[in-house]
Amino acid sequence: MKIAVCVKQVPDTWAEKRLRPEDFTLDRESADGVMNELDEYAVEEALKLVEAGGGEVVVVTMGPERASETVRKALSMGADSGIHVVDDALHGSDAIATSAVLAKAIEGRGFDLVIFGSESTDARMSVVPAMVAERLGWAQLTFAQRVEVAGSEVSIDRVTEIGYDTVTAALPAVVSVVEKINEPRYPSFKGIMAAKKKPVETLSVADTGLDAVAVGASAAWSAVADFAARPPKAAGTVVTDEGDGGVKLATFLCEQKFI
Amino acid sequence: MPDVLVLVDKADGSIKKSTTELLTLARRIGTPVAVWVGAGCDDAALATLGEFGASSVLVADADGITDSPVAPVADALAAASAQTRPAAVLIASTADGKEVAGRLAVKVGSGIITDAVDVSADLVATQSVFGGSTVVHSTVTFGTPIITVRGNSVAPEAATTTCAATPLAVTLSPSSTLARITGTTVAAKGGRPELTEAAIVVSGGRGVGSADGFAVIEALADSLGAAVGASRAAADAGWYPHQYQVGQTGKTVSPQLYIASGISGAIQHRAGMQTSKTIVVVNKDPEAPIFELADYGVVGDLFTVVPQLTEEIKRS
Repeated sequence: MKIAVCVKQVPDTWAEKRLRPEDFTLDRESADGVMNELDEYAVEEALKLVEAGGGEVVVVTMGPERASETVRKALSMGADSGIHVVDDALHGSDAIATSAVLAKAIEGRGFDLVIFGSESTDARMSVVPAMVAERLGWAQLTFAQRVEVAGSEVSIDRVTEIGYDTVTAALPAVVSVVEKINEPRYPSFKGIMAAKKKPVETLSVADTGLDAVAVGASAAWSAVADFAARPPKAAGTVVTDEGDGGVKLATFLCEQKFI
Repeated sequence: MPDVLVLVDKADGSIKKSTTELLTLARRIGTPVAVWVGAGCDDAALATLGEFGASSVLVADADGITDSPVAPVADALAAASAQTRPAAVLIASTADGKEVAGRLAVKVGSGIITDAVDVSADLVATQSVFGGSTVVHSTVTFGTPIITVRGNSVAPEAATTTCAATPLAVTLSPSSTLARITGTTVAAKGGRPELTEAAIVVSGGRGVGSADGFAVIEALADSLGAAVGASRAAADAGWYPHQYQVGQTGKTVSPQLYIASGISGAIQHRAGMQTSKTIVVVNKDPEAPIFELADYGVVGDLFTVVPQLTEEIKRS
């Protein structure tokens, strides 16, 4: 089984994020770049599937030069090789263009499965896996808390508002995973050393077969008009409990007409 | 007035509150036309849709349309878009809703905005990003604006009209039915409102200390008719199920009232609740960053303060 895992480098989850005033894109320089947390679960799930059933794991990313760190991280966890789509023309791409680039980088390479994290911690749109499934014309099995491959069939438990749905399809398929699916491994020292020798193919937009004018900020189908920091919240009332904290809270909620 | 498509979101066959919010928003832009996918669009449904101003509902009930997740719904909206040439398509910002919006955007070649907290008459969407620290105004610049809107963003307002149902012919794309739903498992719900729709959310975190400790959180929630949430620390510790996790890797909520108990307020959590209208905090640690967000905070032991509050509420 040949599995592609799509990963994204994002600003460190714990860092304050901001938009760049000059072009309204996310400032990726001011914070450390890390692998999007949910993508670690995607890498882990791919590795587990291959460990159980054989095959190879190819990590795929689209992003600036430094996103290669995130590819290396996945390789050090155990992925076999990488594909990095890197091109200045990609700066400012929307989800529509991102999904087009990823689909082009994936199709025609004999993948049986593409696995994503279900959301990135920066844009938080949760739409790219579904868009890639739509573009590839493959089955969409997203928000999985369980993934199982048996022969040429994949089955997942899709998290819903009320529980989960079991969803099955024939391969090839696009899967996204949620964080309760597994516990991602830490790269071992051996893994980190081995990762340095693993092959990473870099592709330009043209290499994927797309036209550079179809990607990037100028081709985006939505635009930020303006942004502002949320005004700091006016300081509220804080009291120390002296045996009547609950009563005081009830009084506040009553004044606010909640009770 | 141009048509504005609103995808009807349902739970157990009845229309969710988020749909009435979308219809309210849609009326600012044009004439709301609801899109219903699947069976069950009965007189009660028509009455609710009409009450919030939908003049008509397009009913897509093709064979197999509810047997696969997400993709067939995007097919239905694409067909409805081709038929009505709407000014915009509004969808609830749920996991399913956002994926439907994403597939629809690719299908019809239109821009998409997710997680709007407001949409103006001229289709400028307001988003609250980076955990609520930044407010962004955005527009779709190509195609039909496809906008997903978070629950509780606007108050539903009635504008009663008569809603008529019209069948919508939908041809499902071959790839839309590749994934089949073979089973549905309902987790125990306990009769509480859904987290993202609830007007009041009561959440517990690390300070709750154990799964048993959540009993005091649940008791307070039930006294207020609220939903229960959990911080990531509490969910990861196994004290409360992950589906109730509020935060960056969980649900984003924006209720009228959010009560955080035993939650320190790491960015991870704030990202999921910062836009709540009123925030109440109970925490032992006066230095906990969550107090920065509090409209009212009590420094104290949640196991004495919260039960006392519950008793006061029950008495009132």
